[in-house]
Parts: sequence; structure tokens; C-alpha cells
Amino acid sequence: MPESYSSEELMIVSAARRLGRLASAGHPVCFVGIGLPSAAANLARKLYSPPPVLVYESGCIGSKPSNLPLSIGDGELAETADALISIPETFAYWLQAGRIDVGFLGGAQIDKFANINSTVIGNYDNPTTRLPGAGGAPEIAASAKQVMVIMRQSVRSFVERCDFRTSVGHGSGPGDRQRFGLLGEGPRWVITDLGILEPDPSSSELTMVAVQPGVTRDQVSSATGWALKFAESVVTIDPPSSSELQALRQLEMA
Amino acid sequence: MSRFCSLHDAIHDQVKTGNTVALEGFTHLIPHAAGHEIIRQRLSDLHLVRMTPDIVYDQLIGAGCASNLTFSWGGNPGVGSLHRLRDAIEHHWPRSLAIEEHSHAGMAARYVAGASNLPFGTLRGYVGTDLPGHTATIRQIQCPFTGESVTAVPALRPDVAIIHAQRADQAGNVQLWGIVGLQKEAVLSARRNIVTVEEVVESLTPVPNAVVLPSWVVDAVCLVPNGAHPSYAMGFTSRDNTFYQAWDAISKDRVAFTDWIDRHILRTSDHSEFLRSISVEVSTNA
Repeated sequence: MPESYSSEELMIVSAARRLGRLASAGHPVCFVGIGLPSAAANLARKLYSPPPVLVYESGCIGSKPSNLPLSIGDGELAETADALISIPETFAYWLQAGRIDVGFLGGAQIDKFANINSTVIGNYDNPTTRLPGAGGAPEIAASAKQVMVIMRQSVRSFVERCDFRTSVGHGSGPGDRQRFGLLGEGPRWVITDLGILEPDPSSSELTMVAVQPGVTRDQVSSATGWALKFAESVVTIDPPSSSELQALRQLEMA
Repeated sequence: MSRFCSLHDAIHDQVKTGNTVALEGFTHLIPHAAGHEIIRQRLSDLHLVRMTPDIVYDQLIGAGCASNLTFSWGGNPGVGSLHRLRDAIEHHWPRSLAIEEHSHAGMAARYVAGASNLPFGTLRGYVGTDLPGHTATIRQIQCPFTGESVTAVPALRPDVAIIHAQRADQAGNVQLWGIVGLQKEAVLSARRNIVTVEEVVESLTPVPNAVVLPSWVVDAVCLVPNGAHPSYAMGFTSRDNTFYQAWDAISKDRVAFTDWIDRHILRTSDHSEFLRSISVEVSTNA
């Protein structure tokens, strides 16, 4: 009898599975922000061997928290880290120098080329909603070898064009990242509560490659603010196993 | 050479109306008590600088102390918005706030340049984003050796840097550890500085990962136990996550906020009275 689960739980599990595969393929070092990225990265650490190595921008390298931290500076992240470093060092020696395999980002808006807005909704000088701002995101998006994005999918958040481009995904299309001189490959996966999008290899446009069980194409299209394309064969994501669900719920309860 | 004094006297002597002031501490060791004392002394027109203006800057901005803010991420970590910061930017309440917005990497490069007595810092950053279009202090320059394009950001040189540390010895040498952020860079980039500490000891014993600021680069040392609350000092106090969550409701409403500032900051005389007023015991696990 399959256990019931929420689409948000399967979103986190999908991200964790991908991180597990990346760690197995020799790309374990993951730069983690708080919230959904931290939940997925810690779940992957519980489920997979070798586990991903978690780097928090507060300067905690290799943190192994037993429960999900509220902030990137919670005591447990520091106490369980392999190394604690200063902020200038985090951004210069580790991120900018290309030592991060996977940058993990969220945001308020993402556009069809996976550019991300975490700065303002509306006009910059007279915003409708002022968001927290850039933080570490622009340089994570620029310099991590690959980027994974995790966001809930809706027409408000998946937009034709971001109100503000805080972090560069694939710019205005193929070749932009090279033109900007960015080190990493940029966003490779956008994991949502409906499925997974990936940039099309030739156009760089985000394309739906996988959907959660029971999610229809219409549902996905109507939660997207541009004319969304689907991959030739759209995969249905496996529902979470009972061990995945149990590990996630334990993390969130702790 | 550092001198020991009360936090009241340190703020009174060193922070002046119109100054550029940086309170640093990245999620850990945030000098909240010093921020409260700035509000108590009703300093105004400050140009506040901080990578992550969290609750302490929400309070300073909502209390009307600031005219400018230079920052890279303004939120309540893990909780949501800073409502006073948003109200100042979106509705100019209680006054308008001019912002200068960077990324974390850019702010770090700016402090390092300031601490190094360089005019600017460099990084690979901002390219292709909308930030350079809105922030004048982001420029592209060419490497004189390779011709490669890199981003330049001007040095930060605050009038005053304020940090919180675990301890000082009787000579005024300061030691901090755990998540050390860029407090060393902030202190060394500023013209003057104030350090609040959890305890004053006979002499400093080595701790893994510790940053030591020798007394001759420190101006004022103030003994303020639990001076980071609701942030924390590793080895002394724990982060008060409940307070961070409670701040969301307190700060959402102008009246509730003003009442909170009035009751807990303006009508208390110092930090120990403040802690009593919000019923937080100073927990020492020494």
C-alpha cells in the first residue's frame, strides 16, 4: 500500500536523488542555502553513500547537522563542520576558485532561461515587493560548476522575464554565459512541486522533462508564465519510497 | 590601545550623527546590544553598512536611526522579510532610506580592500545581472597583465565598526571563534571600533579557529554578557530561534514595533535591563 505524500515532499526527494547521483559520480561538494535546498541536501546526506559535502555560506564546510537548521549560522552547522572559514575566504577561495560542484538556489522568480530574481517585484526604485536581495546567489550562479534550482511552480514565479535579474542562468540564450565569462555551466535542473525542467541543449530554454505522478501537461502549462515546451519523452517521477519519506519526515521533525 | 568602558560610553564617545557605521557578525556574534544602545542614544542620519541587515538593522531602521544602507541580503534568516526595512524602502516609513546594494562576494571584497588600505577590491561577480545598472559602485576593469575583465568595487572604510566577541583578556586583546564571518576585516577597515564581549579573562587560552585582535587595534572593549541576543556566542549562549520567529509579528505592524522599541529599548537603561524586560536569562555553560 503506497504511502501518501505531498508534492512538496516529492520535490525535496527529487532534488535529493539528483544530489545523490552527483555525489556518486564524483561531484559531491554542494553549496547550500537555507530552506528547501538545505532540506534536500541534508536528506541526500542521510540517504546516499558517498554523501554530498555540504558547504554553507556562513563559512561552514562539511557540516553534518542532525536536524534542519533555521538559519545558515545555527550553532550545529559550525559544531559539525570539517572546517570553519571566514566569509571572504568562502567566496574567494572556495566558490570563485571553482571548488563547488553544485550550487543550490531558490528565488522569487525564474524565467525561461533560468535567470533568477531575488531582489524586487515591480520597479527597482518603487518596488511592489522588496525581497531580501542578492546574498550569495549571483556568484553561486556564476561560479558553481553546475546549478540546481528548487522552486514551487506557479505563473507568479515562472515568468517570461524576471522583474530583476539577480543571478544569471542562461542569459538571453546560448552563448551568453561564455560571453559574460562565467566559470560554471549554470542551471542544469529546476526541480519544482510539479516536476523537473532542464534547459534545452540547443536553445537553453527551460523544458519540462519530468512530471510528478498524476500531474497533467495542462496543469504544468497553466502554472508557467511562458509557452512551455515539453521534452520528446516526459518521464514520470517515481513516488517517494517509504525509506525516503521516513528520512525526510525525521529530518523535519527533529 | 583598547580601553574598557561601558557600552553607553563607547557608543556616546565613538558614534556620531551622520557616521558610517558597520555592525558585523554573520548570523553568529551579531552585536545586538550595541545596536540597541544606538537607538537608546537616539543617534540619527547614520549610514549603516552590513552584509546581512537582519533584526538589529530592522530595529535601527524602524527607529529612524538610518538615512542610508549598504548591504547584500536583508531578511530575517529562515523566517522571511524584514518588515521595517521593507516599510522604509516601499513606503519611506519612518523616513526614506537610500540603499546601495551588493552581493555577499562584493561586500567581502570591499571590506578586504578597506582592511588592506587599497582603493578597491576585485572579484568575478555581477556580470550579466541587473545589479550594476542600479548600484554605481560596481565597475568593470581590465587586468593590466592579462587583459581579462574583472569587477571592481570600492573599499569600505566605515567611521566605526562594532562587533561582539566571546572574550577579551585584561590587556584588551580580543578573541572570537566559531563562525567568524568578516569581523576582522570590518574592524581593520574602520577608523574606530567597539567590541562587546561575553567575558573578560586573566589571559586568553588558544581555541581552534579563533581570530585574535591584538589590543593595539581595538579602541573600546565593553563587557556585555549575552550581548548578541537573539544571535549567539558559540560556547556561551544559543541562538534564540523563537525570538527570530516572534520578531515577524512584532515588526509587521508599525504600532506593535514602536511599542516594542519603547518598552524594551527606550525605557531600559542598559542591556541587562533589556534582557530582564524580555525575560531572557543569561545562560553560561562555562
